[in-house]
Amino acid sequence: MGSALWIGTRKGAFTLRPGAGGRGWRLSGPHFLGHIIHHVVQDPREPRVLLMAAKTGHLGPTVYRSTDRGRTWKEAAQPPAFRKAAEGEPARAVQRVFWLTPGHPAERGTWYAGTSPAGLFRSEDGGERWQPVAGFNDHPMRPKWAAFGTPDGELLHSIAVDPRDPRHLYLAISVGGVFESTDGGADWAPLNAGCAADFMPDPEAPYGHDPHCVALHPRAPDRLYQQNHCGIYRLDRPEGRWVRIGRAMPKKVGDIGFPVVLHPTDPDTAWVLPMDGQTVWPRTSIQGKPAVYRTSDGGSSWRRLDRGLPRAQAWLTVLRQAMCTDGRAPKVGVYFGTTGGEVWAGANSGERWRCIARHLPEIYSVTHAV
Amino acid sequence: MSCTVRIPSPLRSYTGGAVTVAGEGGTVAAVLDDLERRFGGIRFRVVDEQDRIRPHIRLYVNTSEVQALSQPVRSGDTVHVICALSGG
Repeated sequence: MGSALWIGTRKGAFTLRPGAGGRGWRLSGPHFLGHIIHHVVQDPREPRVLLMAAKTGHLGPTVYRSTDRGRTWKEAAQPPAFRKAAEGEPARAVQRVFWLTPGHPAERGTWYAGTSPAGLFRSEDGGERWQPVAGFNDHPMRPKWAAFGTPDGELLHSIAVDPRDPRHLYLAISVGGVFESTDGGADWAPLNAGCAADFMPDPEAPYGHDPHCVALHPRAPDRLYQQNHCGIYRLDRPEGRWVRIGRAMPKKVGDIGFPVVLHPTDPDTAWVLPMDGQTVWPRTSIQGKPAVYRTSDGGSSWRRLDRGLPRAQAWLTVLRQAMCTDGRAPKVGVYFGTTGGEVWAGANSGERWRCIARHLPEIYSVTHAV
Repeated sequence: MSCTVRIPSPLRSYTGGAVTVAGEGGTVAAVLDDLERRFGGIRFRVVDEQDRIRPHIRLYVNTSEVQALSQPVRSGDTVHVICALSGG
């Protein structure tokens, strides 16, 4: 079936595939019409396998699996669920499966899922059966780490696995912060030093931050980028303090947004999509003029990429899972989907944009599959 | 105990499209367990991992709303599963 973009929306999943001869794009779907699809992710270890995080407005959350590149789907036998609460304990129930991450390349069949309320789950059989990661979900500090929540509940997202070590994991919680485990998830520690939390009484608090999206570079896994509620950051391990690389963004644009997307091979190149984080947080394109920004020097400078995007009165919102690349260097294709149901393709690393689908439902995720 | 369970449209993908199915069990919990054995996955869409009926779902035995899954079900009763959506 070749290269595809999987579009997760509030009303089902769709695919976009290049048309014959590379001209145009062919939309197909919907899959699971009416279901809320937060994430559709291909397994890079077994490309025929895809997982989809789904729920509906009334039914409980679940995960669907495909073993034939999305032609057919089957529900997980045991979707992510918290353990039964003991007497006197808060009784947590998964409201939505929000995020999916394939496990380490050496651990075939292993997947991680992030949920709301903030929970971490692991499957060792390709997403068929999910178990709570007790080291995080029952961590004595977890009630404090994930204490604030958002109107959609606390969201656990941006789960990353160090390709050199399956026991080295990162995750992020909105609102809560970035956390790291070096023992396969048995224990966790906050990793937020250097990140602003200007909404907090203590701006130097060790947790309580609001990471919107965190990405670890697959070829240079000591480098992480973060799009936070309070700016764009970079972290080069073993350093433990994030550096605010968003300071180099134009002042009138600022450095607030949801997604951050990394170049498949060059750890100095990343894309962000700034949004309006002033006053009551409209979260739309700044002044109605959408633009992607790219850095090619690790965040020392940023270049505005808006050729082909609307010039005015375009109030786009792009959510954290709704931007990706096609992984093809050097002329990387960059894609994003809007809450207004449009998908935009940025050819040649985002130099020129074209709308490749419109009239879709509210887009939650855009991911690339080979 | 044999009862009838009315399946709402969002859950009929589990029952092969059937609007009503037979259920076995002396309580609502037992009937749900019986459904789960035959239509794997259906229970978790209706009841969460703490055995609470999900917020936008109501269960009835005949015309009385189920307050607890231990509520008895008698032979010939009808268990209704009702789903509520709002907004667009």
